[in-house]
Amino acid sequence: MSVFRDRGVVLRTIRLGEADRIVSFVTESHGKVRAVAKGVRRTGSKFGARLEPLSHVALSGWQGRGDLDIVTQVEAIETFRGIREDLERVTVGYAMLEVVDQIAQERHANPRLYAMLAGALRVLDQRPAVLVGPAFFLKVLALEGSAPVLDQCAACGEEDVGSLVAFDLVHGGVLCRSCRRGRPLSPAGLVLLRQILGGELGAALDAGRSEATEEVSALMTEAMESHLERRIRSLHTSLVP
Amino acid sequence: MAVYSGPLQSLIDELGRLPGIGPKSAQRITFHLLKVPKEDALRLAEAVIAVKERITLCTRCFNVAEGGLCAICLDDSRESTSICVVEDPRDVAAMEKTRLYRGRYHVLQGALNPIEGIGPEQLRIGELLGRLEPEGIEEVVLGMNPNLEGEATAMHLARALKPLGLRVTRLASGLPVGGDLEYADELTLGRALVGRREVDA
Repeated sequence: MSVFRDRGVVLRTIRLGEADRIVSFVTESHGKVRAVAKGVRRTGSKFGARLEPLSHVALSGWQGRGDLDIVTQVEAIETFRGIREDLERVTVGYAMLEVVDQIAQERHANPRLYAMLAGALRVLDQRPAVLVGPAFFLKVLALEGSAPVLDQCAACGEEDVGSLVAFDLVHGGVLCRSCRRGRPLSPAGLVLLRQILGGELGAALDAGRSEATEEVSALMTEAMESHLERRIRSLHTSLVP
Repeated sequence: MAVYSGPLQSLIDELGRLPGIGPKSAQRITFHLLKVPKEDALRLAEAVIAVKERITLCTRCFNVAEGGLCAICLDDSRESTSICVVEDPRDVAAMEKTRLYRGRYHVLQGALNPIEGIGPEQLRIGELLGRLEPEGIEEVVLGMNPNLEGEATAMHLARALKPLGLRVTRLASGLPVGGDLEYADELTLGRALVGRREVDA
């Protein structure tokens, strides 16, 4: 048994026994950590609301020999109230947690993934930006080495922006008019995708809801689901009546 | 690993499947039952049978009931214009212990959890909406757990109920009685501060 300290975001919690929970975190330097939090479900628990999904916390605990650690102390870094108290944003938050839960590997540090999730949640907490979720998916795909080809036709190498009109997951990127397959892609949609990966994320996040943002959302959900080889459940379960 | 044979082992196996009971506890309980008078053991067996045969969900509020309506729905002395919505029948019991609520209940049988694929259709939300008009409901108290799933469920219901012109209230969040301010988490303490009340002198 050894003590560990780290920072992490709570991904999900599972009830355990009478009053305990197994909490999954994505941490900065220990990768995904699954740990038992004793007594969290009691109203007088010392952990209180800090171990709810979405919370960004500083935690310390015991690293066990098995795959479950034990949480001993938790302090909140950010609680993201803006996300929790808005049904639309909580849906996006859930989807990001679900994706990270699938991608993060246990005890395999991936500080970029942790930082990206915390950053995306921070943006989502501050403003209801339409593209936070899709942009996060695209950034995660890039981190995973599966970024789509956006600067030229993925099949023939055509670079003329005006002729790039489709997006296909099999070819892994945009396609020109003569190689066209998969889904159609509008010029505005392509601009948004390029902004997200090309260092102009802020500009993409400022975009209001439009046909292009809907297009990018659908494409990125599809690309992420194909990368994970499973559906993102949170996006198929509507919370909004 | 079947050390014992026949009925002894099958009882150990069955008990071992219950939540919170491991193989060692199962073995201990089995030998305890073997030792106690026959009528004591049979009373347990009969209680299990009775629960499985007689307990159903209330056809109106989905609380536990003995056939048809539950005791609370049958009680005419309760206020009929208020519904407290909770996740689980055990929450009804918890609310009843306060002796402060005199209305009726509606048990959703869970909370929204998109990651687990539990959406509004998996809960008894349609049935709740169907009760409002015929029962002349004036107030709905949202009594879901104060966690992420419960809050999402409360927001979902609030959005569905508010346009109907009802009084919709949510259980308050705050500091636990007997607790210590120093150990309160930021979210709870923040809510306690936002929801602070004028003191009567």
